[in-house]
Amino acid sequence: MRTLLKDVKTMVWKDIVAEARNKEMVTSILTFAILILVIFNFALRLTPQIILELAPGILWITFIFSGLLGLTRLFVVEQENNTIHGLLLSPVSRENIYVSKAISTFLFMFVSEIIVIPLFSILFNVSLFNLLIFAVIILTTIGFASIGTFFSAIATNTKSREIMMPMLFVPIVVPIIIAAVISTGIVIQGGGWDDIYKWVQLIVVFDILSVVFSMLAFEQTLQE
Amino acid sequence: MISSRINFRLLLHLTTFLVMLYVLYLIFLSVPTDKNLGISQRIFYFHVPLAWSGFLCFFIVLIGSIGYLWKKSLICDRLAHASSEIGVLFITLMLMSGVLWAKPVWGVWWTWDPRLTTSLILWLIYVAYLMLRAYSSNRQQGAKYAALLGIAGFIDVPIVYLSIYWWRTVHPQPLVGPATSGGGLDPSMQTALMISTLAFTLVLISLLVERMSLFRDQYALETHVASIKS
Repeated sequence: MRTLLKDVKTMVWKDIVAEARNKEMVTSILTFAILILVIFNFALRLTPQIILELAPGILWITFIFSGLLGLTRLFVVEQENNTIHGLLLSPVSRENIYVSKAISTFLFMFVSEIIVIPLFSILFNVSLFNLLIFAVIILTTIGFASIGTFFSAIATNTKSREIMMPMLFVPIVVPIIIAAVISTGIVIQGGGWDDIYKWVQLIVVFDILSVVFSMLAFEQTLQE
Repeated sequence: MISSRINFRLLLHLTTFLVMLYVLYLIFLSVPTDKNLGISQRIFYFHVPLAWSGFLCFFIVLIGSIGYLWKKSLICDRLAHASSEIGVLFITLMLMSGVLWAKPVWGVWWTWDPRLTTSLILWLIYVAYLMLRAYSSNRQQGAKYAALLGIAGFIDVPIVYLSIYWWRTVHPQPLVGPATSGGGLDPSMQTALMISTLAFTLVLISLLVERMSLFRDQYALETHVASIKS
């Protein structure tokens, strides 16, 4: 347990330092998210009456597609710099590599989302500053990052990862997309914890399943 | 050895053919027309068995995937691969027959009802499964990745069923099966449904046997060609 924490801490810190130097992941997720928001503004004629109905959908489409962009690149960076061999040769178990990658993915996605939220609130004039929405976003992002890291490792080794990544990722995360969109909608319309309890439960169950499954299966995904 | 295998396959296909003929007779000539739904209800004898066989396929994919990851058995890999193709075929037909039925009865081709939606997602997962095999750089890698997805994808199947209870639904509730105590269907309808399910399960087994044997020959040929080249 001690070594797990220490290994994971070291590897997450390595990812954060690398990200702080090249700012590749967060910048690409963020700029892509802003692009999606701008397109939505043109694609839908958003009046103040319908924006409350559409806001959760727009928000989550933005998070999913911008997040996918980051997830697809996750192991590509390691491959391009040839650091993946260093990572595989280091005396750390595969589970620890997975856990640290999933944690740093979660951090990068979450930081981008935290920046998107005020932008969204300004551009579409909907307040998203609510603790329940933050809880839903955190839990759903845990689900995205945990299963996304696993699929990213698979998609990276296939011939066309740009197609394989969304094909693998989106159908599997549908349950938490539904839960996230509906619970965000309920909270925006003025609902409380009791109204979204069922959906949050679904997200938590999904998170647990995906973390456990990915930890067990991750060893199979990395090429020797 | 070879002749007994061929005899077994011939017997299997012949049985499938005869049972299927009998089912067609039952569906179109023998079974009474439904009082409320009319003639369109007859598609139900295809729709439900297709759904059952499709889900059974994905269960076989799960078994094959676990077998391959655990024992590295190539038969398990062929089983999973063949079964995933047949499952995609059956679920495609199931979705299409559902769409045909929905238009006259519900008035729309499709509704985003939970069960329909989850079936569509299940279909997407297994299309991704086939793509993953096609896009992998070599067969071993494709088999390993597909096996992982076969297990992960199967975890979605319970959500299909759970969703019936979790969300409000416009899909007709199941009238047979453990959830209900038999009633609701005319006995002759129930018999036709059972025999039709048997027929489609036999089609599934026939296709599976043929596809697996094709895969075996294909791999053997590829190995042979590779050995000649080198």
